[in-house]
Amino acid sequence: MKVLVPIKRVVDYNVKVRVKADNSGVDLANVKMAMNPFCEIAVEEAVRLKEKGVVTEIVAVSIGPKAAQEQLRTAMALGADRSILVETDEEVQPLGIAKALKAIVDEEKPELVILGKQAIDGDNNQTGQMLAALAGMPQGTFASEVNVADGKVKVTREIDGGLQTVELSLPAVVTTDLRLNEPRYASLPNIMKAKKKPLDVKTPADLGVDLTPRVTTEKVEMPPERSAGVKVGSVDELVDKLKNEAKVI
Amino acid sequence: MSVLVYAEHDNATLNKVTLSVVAAAKEIGGDITVLVAGKGCGAVAEAAAKVDGVSKVLCADNDAYEHQLAENIADLVVELAGDYSHILAAATTTGKNFAPRVAALLDAPQISEISDVVDGDTFKRPIYAGNAIATVKCADAKKVLTVRGTSFDGVAEEGGSASVESVDVVKDAGISSFVGEELAKSDRPELTSADIVISGGRGMGNGDNFEILYKVADKLGAAVGASRAAVDAGFVPNDMQVGQTGKIVAPNLYIAVGISGAIQHLAGMKDSKVIVAINKDEEAPIFQVADYGLVADLFEAVPELDSKL
Repeated sequence: MKVLVPIKRVVDYNVKVRVKADNSGVDLANVKMAMNPFCEIAVEEAVRLKEKGVVTEIVAVSIGPKAAQEQLRTAMALGADRSILVETDEEVQPLGIAKALKAIVDEEKPELVILGKQAIDGDNNQTGQMLAALAGMPQGTFASEVNVADGKVKVTREIDGGLQTVELSLPAVVTTDLRLNEPRYASLPNIMKAKKKPLDVKTPADLGVDLTPRVTTEKVEMPPERSAGVKVGSVDELVDKLKNEAKVI
Repeated sequence: MSVLVYAEHDNATLNKVTLSVVAAAKEIGGDITVLVAGKGCGAVAEAAAKVDGVSKVLCADNDAYEHQLAENIADLVVELAGDYSHILAAATTTGKNFAPRVAALLDAPQISEISDVVDGDTFKRPIYAGNAIATVKCADAKKVLTVRGTSFDGVAEEGGSASVESVDVVKDAGISSFVGEELAKSDRPELTSADIVISGGRGMGNGDNFEILYKVADKLGAAVGASRAAVDAGFVPNDMQVGQTGKIVAPNLYIAVGISGAIQHLAGMKDSKVIVAINKDEEAPIFQVADYGLVADLFEAVPELDSKL
């Protein structure tokens, strides 16, 4: 079966972003960019399914700037067979991305779409569910285990109360949570090989989708800063402060 | 304006986070209708009808909604979406699961995890793990919002007297089914609504060592949480994770034990009123946000704390 893995180029998760002085957004100039961590988990899961013989072809796709080719090359170095970039320099939002992905799904007809549950920049947690709705597919969100068998996929989901398992008919959308797997690193030979793998570039117009943002950002501010308090010298002092100063116990 | 609030519940009890979602709905303004979808959820609908500020309760009681499968719930909400200008759900794993489906089917944008209502079109929400707060505006006539429960003080559980209407719309997409669940059982308070939370990190060493936190928690009436590192290491289950992609907590007192303080963890707890950090590494970033820091070996400090409470 074919699996589609949508990925996103985001600020590296180790970077602590700064808000621009004019409050128009966060400063992304000269900041290290990388594949969204949940997307790495999605790629890894697809590769493991291929290694198990369940999946025959992995197609990575990204909607974003030209530079997102780097992340698609990384996905191919990790095991994706080919990739598609829907290139746009405009801001893209989950609903628009889901529409573009729906158009790709119509062309590629994957039996499984695996993507990250959220991107660590916008923290929206929407795209997978929106794609599933637009494509009329069932969804297994926040997955910690994925088993494909007999034309169905069983997904164990991390929910607030613990774990829930659902069974979905194929084609289906799965969004990854942290415990699904531990992504591998790309080896140098695989990075070299990835340079020769096909990477198609399309435009939103090619897909006939309108990516115009529907939500506008008025301003972006720093959250209220918490300042470091005091160091206490002993457990006795801590208990005393909590009882008599903070009055929280 | 009129607002549809999706009730969070387990078919038996109305989850308190719904009171916070109703509080957000009140700030938006207009009539508030609460939808209770489930199986055998009549008592939940009765409870929702008493909630302050609610004008109507819709109760969709059917097998198809028993396990809150996103496919069925989304189709139900879309069917009922009618004239509502805002559709609200809690930013819980239930709300996060079905709400974007509703938005996509209605071709409406979703604004996730709002932390403040500026006006009916304008909301604040944390981005980049809470390292920035965006004020966003959406002029669409219909929008879907998920609400960060800890950012809104819940309305009163009593005081309302809404009518309960049963809804006989049955939406069973037939493409997904519930297989089973393993729910954590605990007599301690729920993590996201507890007044006091004590969390352990990688420094706990193993799952058995969490026992010392449970002892302190039971003396304080606290919930017990964990950092991602502790969950990834298998010390404790995922439902205990506090952080950017886990649970968001804002108790009166948060005690971080053996937690270094990665930004992803801070994103889940830095709105707590008072933060205590116990860590043997005095350079740990957690101390930069802690009101009271104790540089000590947790295996000595925590039992001592237990003995002095």
